[in-house]
Amino acid sequence: MSTGMVSVAYVVASVLFILSLGGLSHQESARRGNLYGVAGIIIAVGATLASFGSDGGIIAIAIAILIGAGIGIPIANKVEMTQMPQLVALLHSFVGLAAVLVGFSGYIEPLVATSGTEHTIKLVEVFLGIFIGAVTFTGSLVACGKLDGRIDSKALTLPGRHWMNLAAIIACVFLGSWFLGTDSMALGILSLVLMTVIASVLGVHLIMAIGGADMPVVVSMLNSYSGWAAASIGFMLGNDLLIVVGALVGSSGAILSYIMCKAMNRSFVSVILGGFGQTSSSSAAKGEEQSVYETTTDEVCEELRNASSVIIVPGYGMAVAQAQNGVSDMTKYLRDKGVNVRFGIHPVAGRLPGHMNVLLAEAHVPYDIVLEMDEINEDFPDTDVVLVIGANDTVNPAAAEDPASPIAGMPVLEVWKAGQVVVLKRGMASGYAGVENPLFFKDNTRMLFGDAKESVDKLVSGLRG
Amino acid sequence: MKIGIPKEIFEGERRVAATPPSVKKLTDLGYEVLIETGAGDAADYADETYTTVGATVIEDTKALWKDADIILKVRAPMKNATLKKHEADLMSEGSLLISYLWPAQNPELLEHLAKNKITSLAIDSLPRISRAQKMDALSAMANIAGYRAVIEAANHFGRFFTGQVTAAGKVPPAKVMVIGAGVAGLAAVGAANSMGAIVRAFDTRLEVKEQVESMGAEFLELDFDDEDGSGTGGYAKQMSDEFIKAEMALFAEQAKEVDIIITTALIPGKPAPKLITEDMVKSMKPGSVIVDLASERGGNCEVTEPGKVATRHGVTVIGYTDLPSRMAKVASDLYATNLTHLMTELTPEKDGKPVVNMEDVVIRGLTVVKDNDITWPPPKPETPEATKPAPGTEEPSPAEKQAAQEAARKTAATKGLIGKVVLLAVTVFALYGVGAHAPESFLSHFTVFVLSCFIGWQVIWNVTPSLHTPLMSVTNAISGIIVIGAMLHLAQAENIAVGIMAFIAVLIASINVGGGFRVTHRMLKMFRK
Repeated sequence: MSTGMVSVAYVVASVLFILSLGGLSHQESARRGNLYGVAGIIIAVGATLASFGSDGGIIAIAIAILIGAGIGIPIANKVEMTQMPQLVALLHSFVGLAAVLVGFSGYIEPLVATSGTEHTIKLVEVFLGIFIGAVTFTGSLVACGKLDGRIDSKALTLPGRHWMNLAAIIACVFLGSWFLGTDSMALGILSLVLMTVIASVLGVHLIMAIGGADMPVVVSMLNSYSGWAAASIGFMLGNDLLIVVGALVGSSGAILSYIMCKAMNRSFVSVILGGFGQTSSSSAAKGEEQSVYETTTDEVCEELRNASSVIIVPGYGMAVAQAQNGVSDMTKYLRDKGVNVRFGIHPVAGRLPGHMNVLLAEAHVPYDIVLEMDEINEDFPDTDVVLVIGANDTVNPAAAEDPASPIAGMPVLEVWKAGQVVVLKRGMASGYAGVENPLFFKDNTRMLFGDAKESVDKLVSGLRG
Repeated sequence: MKIGIPKEIFEGERRVAATPPSVKKLTDLGYEVLIETGAGDAADYADETYTTVGATVIEDTKALWKDADIILKVRAPMKNATLKKHEADLMSEGSLLISYLWPAQNPELLEHLAKNKITSLAIDSLPRISRAQKMDALSAMANIAGYRAVIEAANHFGRFFTGQVTAAGKVPPAKVMVIGAGVAGLAAVGAANSMGAIVRAFDTRLEVKEQVESMGAEFLELDFDDEDGSGTGGYAKQMSDEFIKAEMALFAEQAKEVDIIITTALIPGKPAPKLITEDMVKSMKPGSVIVDLASERGGNCEVTEPGKVATRHGVTVIGYTDLPSRMAKVASDLYATNLTHLMTELTPEKDGKPVVNMEDVVIRGLTVVKDNDITWPPPKPETPEATKPAPGTEEPSPAEKQAAQEAARKTAATKGLIGKVVLLAVTVFALYGVGAHAPESFLSHFTVFVLSCFIGWQVIWNVTPSLHTPLMSVTNAISGIIVIGAMLHLAQAENIAVGIMAFIAVLIASINVGGGFRVTHRMLKMFRK
């Protein structure tokens, strides 16, 4: 295949990728969008393969692709929807690792010979590509481990961690200038390897310092990084397709991170630097004794039956307890009885952007009753019963009412304005932010203690019986 | 231990201190429950409903009082006419009594109980703190009384509450004035409002204005140097003479206009203030109704006859003192729940043994007799008065606040502006550097890169938040495009190390592509209407 044809194929692939992302703007077109993406990648790979002619490398490539796809697709078929965040993080690490490997290959065996300024720019691209790739690789592995519970999801805060990060970055810059200055291949590789090691450690340390509930930001940030890594490899290879895709993915991840940060009313920098929730819990202890009202499943069933409008606010607790199917059954039952049941989703509920939506979709909850915070916040005063299932910080009135609270100013679901709030919760522990939740002590709040799944299942059988 | 539930002997009292659900909860706390036969009849709870939840029905009144270690009842103990014995004498020494006792009004009763060594908890002496709200029987009963007052008024009122335009003519809506916006007053406001009446409410405590308005009534305000009538513990206090004068003038004016007056004004430890004079009653339209909820303490209206319905100057004056008892079922339900909550507090171990912990503020406040000693009144609890700023730390005036906010906004804006300028300068500088020094080939790629970033920016903002997870997994799959770079290297690999690296890169990138698209597909399939 001629270079001209390959370029055209790449253009087509780029357009398909853009359409793919565009398709995700609505549920109706989302599946088509995914197919565009698949088509784009097939065209791109096909065109690249065709451009090689009948070289010996094709067999090796085919084997690698088949093995890769043979591993990837079954994993994707098997994975539980609650494990989605881990899988996404793991896949990000693969992109990072691939970027590192391709970067090294590109340095040792350049595809196009370069000289002068072009050569310097190329070396910078190699260096950057490997750096971002290595941070993405180890960072994603740590994120995956944390989401999976293999690594403690608490933020690890070493003393002087900001200085350590800064030192690592300065060391990398120093290695970079050494790398650009040397003509010897061996020294160049040595500096690259050293930099890779430092970047890997940096990746681990960066993500270790970020706590569990900030994971939506972290995962989308890593998503962004993997895009930038691909883009810098694209620069290195002079391949526009990689640049386009890298830029698309990079900006998409960046926007998602931005949305998540805004939802928590925190600056991007403070999330990335991590360590939230360790120092700010001191304000929790208020002098006055307060009491909570406990309730029973029977009473909640009664309230649900008598309600005409119900809003369910799920949080990470629902995901942990795998209660989404019970919630779906309950929703269906109540809707059949003519109760207006809707869901209110906080942007940072769960461990991935949109995590709750995916879980509810899996449990067959119709997506048109699953609403965003901004869409539903005004409706709480007209709502009879709000069921808060495993959410805490995202429904904390302190964010709106107490300017001294560490989460002050964070937009929250204003559930306390409803007639009656029932909180399904394991115990009285505070949420991730370590902040006492005054919602539990409000007069119109009732607590239903216990595992979310068990409680929900009891509610379902109570409603039926 | 055994809990005894006697039948109430006060004339006309229909409530009962335990209901089948509350008996169940008491049993869960480790108690055995005895109930006098017929105790729940008037509240529509037959004996069998108690036996099915594990209570024992006792026929003999004396035996019940004697066997029980704890007595739960509604009215304070009184002389039993048939047994010719005072109820306090029926109890065995060292037992526990929980009921209404009104310690301020009944000093002899307290002495009687102390003499018999009966530890007594007066549910009406509950401290008004938020932790104790679940045991607040006064509020629960006041709520019922307020509702019932409206029902009684409607019963004696010859018109609709709601205004109607019918073929037979236009009917004006009833105008209701509620005096005193405590729990009962608010309940009355709510009930009257939901029946369609035009409701106004007055209270000396300005802090309740918002609550009144939230229930759908207009808050009547006096044009007076804001003297606030909030006393300790959320109750009202006595007002100055001038204030009362102004207040009376307002009532006199309103009396001519409204059809129904519901009065609920009480000041703790004092007879009910006389707010509606005989002259005001005279000035009301014939057929109007006054419901006096303060009648037990003398009444807010001069012509109220406690416990009776009287007609004076064409106005029906209702002075019932037993409104909660007239709704015996719900009143018993709520009262029994209050008592169960109290028993839960008294039984921290859930072992059926009550602990009267005098260190606990709530229990201390409730306990009026402990063994042989009268422990009423309790030491003054601190009453945290809501949001009053301490003297000297006055809240900044709205104008000051606004100025401060304005200043803050200005500094923030300046900061933002400086940041923007710096960012712009850096960008310009960087672009200049790229344009001046970078070779042609790089620039074309650079163009593609910048444009793609912008396309990405535009496209992603349109993605609906509920699809953020699929978006992430699809962008992740797409970023597997790095496979192309790996393939190029693998195809041309001469060095074996490069070959191996490229091979691994192709392999893992393929995992990413295959897995990413597959899992996105699975997810999207689940989204349905």
